[in-house]
Amino acid sequence: MLWQALTLQLGYNATLVAIGAMLLGIAAGVSGSFLFLRRRALVSDAISHATLPGVGLAFILMVALGGEGRNLAGLLAGSAISAAVGLLCVQWLTRNTRLAEDSAIGAVLSVFFGFGIVLLTVIQTMQAGRQAGLDSLLLGATAGMLRSDAILIAAGGALTLVLTLILRRPMIMVAFDEDYAAARGLNVRQVDLATMALVLAVTVVGLKIVGLILIVALLIIPPVTARFWTDRTARLWLLSGVIGGLSAYTGAAISASAPQLPTGPIIVLTSFALFVLSLAFAPGRGVLAAVLRHAAFQRRVHMRQGLLALAQGQPIYERYTIRLLRRAGLARADGVATEAGRARAAKALLDENRWDILRAMPDHEAAAALYDGMRPIETVVTKDQLTEIDARLPAPREVTA
Amino acid sequence: MSGAEFVPLSLTPLLIGVFAAIGCALPGNFLVLRRQALIGDAISHVVLPGIVLAFLVTGAITTWPMMIGAGGAALLSVLLIEAIRRLGRIEPGAAMGVVFTTMFAGGVLLLERTDTSSVHLDVEHALMGNLESLIWLDARGWGSLLDPVALAGLPPELTRMALTCLGVAAFIRLFWRPLKISTFDEGFAQVIGMRTGLIGISLVGVSAMAAVAAFDAVGSIIVIAMFICPPAAARLMTNRLAAQVGWSVAFATFAAVLGYVLAGYGPLWLGARDSVSAAGMIATVSGLILAVAALFGPARGGQQA
Repeated sequence: MLWQALTLQLGYNATLVAIGAMLLGIAAGVSGSFLFLRRRALVSDAISHATLPGVGLAFILMVALGGEGRNLAGLLAGSAISAAVGLLCVQWLTRNTRLAEDSAIGAVLSVFFGFGIVLLTVIQTMQAGRQAGLDSLLLGATAGMLRSDAILIAAGGALTLVLTLILRRPMIMVAFDEDYAAARGLNVRQVDLATMALVLAVTVVGLKIVGLILIVALLIIPPVTARFWTDRTARLWLLSGVIGGLSAYTGAAISASAPQLPTGPIIVLTSFALFVLSLAFAPGRGVLAAVLRHAAFQRRVHMRQGLLALAQGQPIYERYTIRLLRRAGLARADGVATEAGRARAAKALLDENRWDILRAMPDHEAAAALYDGMRPIETVVTKDQLTEIDARLPAPREVTA
Repeated sequence: MSGAEFVPLSLTPLLIGVFAAIGCALPGNFLVLRRQALIGDAISHVVLPGIVLAFLVTGAITTWPMMIGAGGAALLSVLLIEAIRRLGRIEPGAAMGVVFTTMFAGGVLLLERTDTSSVHLDVEHALMGNLESLIWLDARGWGSLLDPVALAGLPPELTRMALTCLGVAAFIRLFWRPLKISTFDEGFAQVIGMRTGLIGISLVGVSAMAAVAAFDAVGSIIVIAMFICPPAAARLMTNRLAAQVGWSVAFATFAAVLGYVLAGYGPLWLGARDSVSAAGMIATVSGLILAVAALFGPARGGQQA
């Protein structure tokens, strides 16, 4: 069943939903990455909650005009308008009062959402208009979706994605270096506004699939996940789009494969699974990589200190050091150096003495700054410099075992 | 309106609303100043899986397991946010976004997978609360306030919310000086030997406690709105912390009372028959207060302030 869902064999609607979700996921991942780079990830939370009163008002308006209240296009248009108003409120509060952005976000989020709930309770008491579908916009529901709705979502996702791709260059520039972008003649405020508009479009399109509370996850989790894998802005948004698309598509397929698997939460949990995998296993920034790096560093420190102790005939008390030296065949279990160990120890001591001289030479300040107690000096200075250093070395001294 | 109608039907919801509003607004003052305002938002999202889990374990809607579940979930989320922030070197806002959306999604999924048809447990209940239903059936009028038999029938939420509110107020009063100093100048607080990390964590803990208690009684919308709107509006009224806390309490009380009245009686005045969501209306009123403060508040300032 899951395999059929993943290969799009569960019927026309499920296929449309999966493709629409994937397009939405890609668009959300890409536009979300610019939001993330601008350190404004949680603005999306305000935008998404601010859609609710628009949905309610659009419903009331459409019923009042004698139409069907559940028309998805109408509801989405209403949600877009009220989300835009919410966004403007956040910007106005941040710019014109002393409130910080997080307070503005929280205030807009809670007030708009509260007002939306008031409108929903008004709608519940209305007799007309078949309001049953409205709740699904809170948490998203693709079961029983109309074909026209599915097409609308797929088209909206595709359109948002195209717009994001067109606007990506200025957005990258602003996200990476605001001042440089301004110096190049970009209007930073307009670019920011465009980013927000794209986020808003993603939110509105995503209402039906993942619902307004969880759409935030699609905007935040993929960029954060992508950040583990790359340090380059140009790759970040691409990767984020791929991760977003993958989680949305997989999530939609899983949810279509069995009943009682709501689409929105499954998509969010899928992307969180990708996030956890990246947090654990990504090279460079991942936790496992960091642990391994730390262990390797520890090994080098112990090795070096052990060799220096051997060279100077000092006893080694640290068991880990002795174990390392033994494993490398440099010392016996009682801490006495082997033949190879004496050679390596002499080399380490020479290295250390050379470093001491280098660090006392004012000409080599830059090279001396690289001293970390482990680096072989040949990797830092040229042969000529080494000769110059060696000329100042004290007379050689035998290493005693 | 006569006491015989007001006391049983409206007095207790009104009081619970006021206590919840004040209990959240008090720590909210410091959260807003510390730029941690969205912690309330995060907490009110993550309690959902905790509550559902508590229901799965006990099989019934009982208060204490649910409070423990909610508190545990709030604690877990704070730990997770901190872990992701440190381990992944991710900015706090994004780390928070990752955690609370995921935990909320987990809660929704759990809820869909369990058979909760026999009990009153769904997402809308969690969001909107059921302030209107916390009525005092034993009351017959104002005289019941002195009647021990009737008093025994008070909704337990009222006592719990009042105690929480008192506890929060006591915390703020006792630790006023450390809270104030570490909020405004963390470096200085550290220099004079305050454990700023501990202070920060206790503030978040007390906020979580208030949020969980209020969430149970009035739903998460009020929690988020009251953490932020009254303190933010108060911040635009004054430059003094004590005055700001005073204003925020006044605003919270005003929002709770006016919101409740408007929700309950507003539609009747407009000729409609049914009332609207009190929680939503209280949040809306608090937003209007903030709007007025942002337009006319004496200390609204600009970014330079």
